[in-house]
Amino acid sequence: MLSVTEHKEIEFSADLISKFEEIVTRYPEGKQKSALLPVLHLVQAEYGWVSPEAMEKVADFLQIQAIEVYEVATFYTMFFLRPQGKFVLEVCRTGPCCLVGAEKIMTHIEKTLGVKEGEVTADGNFSWRGVECLAACGMAPVLQIGPEYTFYENLTEESVDKLIENLKNKI
Amino acid sequence: MARKLLLENINVPGIHTFDVYRQNGGYRAVEKALKTMTPDAVVEEVKTSGLRGRGGAGFPTGMKWSFLAKPEGRERYLVCNADESEPGTFKDRYLMTHIPHLLIEGMIVASFALGAKTSYIYVRGEMMPQIRILERAIAEAKNAGFLGKNILGSGYDLELYVQPGGGAYICGEETALIESLEGKRGNPRIKPPFPAISGVWACPTVVNNVETIAAVVPIINDGGEEYSKIGNGRSTGTKLISASGNLNKPGVYEIELGLPVEEFIYSEEYCGGIANGKRLKAVVAGGSSVPILPANLILKTINGQPRLMSYESLSDGGFQTGSMLGSGGFIAFDEDQCIVRNTWNFSRFYHHESCGQCSPCREGTGWMEKVLHSLENGHGKMSDIDLLVDVSKKIEGNTICPLGDAAAWPVASAIRHFRDEFEWHVTNPKEVME
Ligand SMILES: NC(=O)C1=CN([C@@H]2O[C@H](COP(=O)(O)OP(=O)(O)OC[C@H]3O[C@@H](n4cnc5c(N)ncnc54)[C@H](O)[C@@H]3O)[C@@H](O)[C@H]2O)C=CC1
Ligand SMILES: Cc1cc2nc3c(=O)[nH]c(=O)nc-3n(C[C@H](O)[C@H](O)[C@H](O)COP(=O)(O)O)c2cc1C
Ligand code: SF4
Ligand code: FES
Repeated sequence: MLSVTEHKEIEFSADLISKFEEIVTRYPEGKQKSALLPVLHLVQAEYGWVSPEAMEKVADFLQIQAIEVYEVATFYTMFFLRPQGKFVLEVCRTGPCCLVGAEKIMTHIEKTLGVKEGEVTADGNFSWRGVECLAACGMAPVLQIGPEYTFYENLTEESVDKLIENLKNKI
Repeated sequence: MARKLLLENINVPGIHTFDVYRQNGGYRAVEKALKTMTPDAVVEEVKTSGLRGRGGAGFPTGMKWSFLAKPEGRERYLVCNADESEPGTFKDRYLMTHIPHLLIEGMIVASFALGAKTSYIYVRGEMMPQIRILERAIAEAKNAGFLGKNILGSGYDLELYVQPGGGAYICGEETALIESLEGKRGNPRIKPPFPAISGVWACPTVVNNVETIAAVVPIINDGGEEYSKIGNGRSTGTKLISASGNLNKPGVYEIELGLPVEEFIYSEEYCGGIANGKRLKAVVAGGSSVPILPANLILKTINGQPRLMSYESLSDGGFQTGSMLGSGGFIAFDEDQCIVRNTWNFSRFYHHESCGQCSPCREGTGWMEKVLHSLENGHGKMSDIDLLVDVSKKIEGNTICPLGDAAAWPVASAIRHFRDEFEWHVTNPKEVME
């Protein structure tokens, strides 16, 4: 749910605003609310999550009520309502992936990172969670990492170790 | 080799680029339609082809197009459903990744047929890489004069945009998708009115699956008559099948409808048999929503006929002994898989994805998940099995959208065909725990 943090004023960059403006042109006059999902994705890519302050700013920009933004941000699972690790490993936990070892991969990630699903590592770098079918069941097990949503397929414990090492080197 | 209409050029290096796609015969359907045909003639061609919706419901595409209301002075829209989230289904992602221009080309032809001047491809939000691939392909097509104002000098204008979702399976349901495209929560609308009458921004709208739109390209190139000769009976043409689970060669295959299931599973051309030398136990043939069938009933119908990959053959026997082609998500289970565990997993999925508007779905899916979880963990009672059947019956047919049915059918069918396994979980709690 919405986090009750201190109210911090934020300012969207000119670059971000110009991206929002382009998106609004994709819909008919007066239907700018349709830009809400693409705009929230851009906000999350910029800040790592969508804060209540950011949602209010989005509402102002789109000339809609803040509640209309909260409604949407809380409905869709991709929007983070609180800060996450720098890298969020999202592992598919649905049936077809489980047939070929997804649960083993999740246990391995939990052990390797030392945090439970949804928690952030002490250094703030990693979190992980199970997500539903990512439309890659033939390449299972799979995980994705935002904000680019790069896919890693046919996972093994070894390939997960390598992946985490590589991510650590990027920090 | 079987006939391929969509994936024929998938292995051509660079086929994701405009130039290579064009050199391999791409955009001929746009030229043919816009320069030599009327919009109505395109609709007729699609009707003749017998093409049925590849999103899962199998509704005849040409008929749907002809239902589109065309009031003067009102915009109408084509929206491509690329929300692909049905567990077991990954063909649309594959098509968009490898041959994006096939979808763009189909969108242009279909938009022309429907008289849409603006069209959208609604892609599930997690597919950011595919969104970028499509946006690039659209820019290339526009650059070459296949999108924008006065396409190929025909006087027809079209703008095409990609819209991301936000991670919600329900947004694949066409009216939820429309709500989402309008910037709202994905709550399905009551049908009728169908989108063909009142869709996005209350304007007449056609929603079609990625594969359906792509199939329009070969239909226009070769003619609807030719297309209708491929396949089997009322299941015309080819179909992309997403094969997953315990198979030697999981992946996306284009088959001619009517291919025997046995050949699909065991031949080297397709899945190459069950992985690790194991035996086949069960198959979910059309994505997680459709009834599961045990090996004997997926290979042969109750009358001993070979089961075919077609709308009719897969549903032969009704839900007692048959299933559905659905979205073509073919999930194979080997002899070591636990049906109870998988049924619980699917229930958890539907509970998680219920939009919560109707109580039978919202409450029923949660209830089924809980009961299945306790059975799976060795805490179940014999009466739980009938309770599950009862809850599933109370959901089925009593909800706004078919997500309720989709949650009920897998549970009902698993108990129908594998009741002994459920009972075993009750009588052997210790072994279950291990
Ligand atoms: N591909 C995927 O990821 C998923 C696919 N599905 C599939 O979706 C199916 C259910 O989809 P629905 O859209 O609810 O089925 P539906 O039968 O209500 O509609 C199918 C299509 O035909 C159109 N239609 C039907 N009657 C019409 C009429 N009288 N006038 C104008 N248009 C009409 C609808 O607008 C829709 O586009 C299931 O069978 C399931 O297989 C379900 C979940 C996920
Ligand atoms: C819960 C639910 C999810 C759905 N998800 C999808 C989907 O991801 N992709 C899709 O094409 N159709 C999906 N459908 C079916 C659509 O409602 C609709 O029938 C389809 O997009 C029509 O296109 P078609 O006629 O080309 O198949 C879903 C239906 C339901 C009930
Ligand atoms: S059946 Fe479920 S998903 Fe569909 S509208 Fe009702 S509550 Fe929402
Ligand atoms: S079940 Fe994991 S990608 Fe489909």
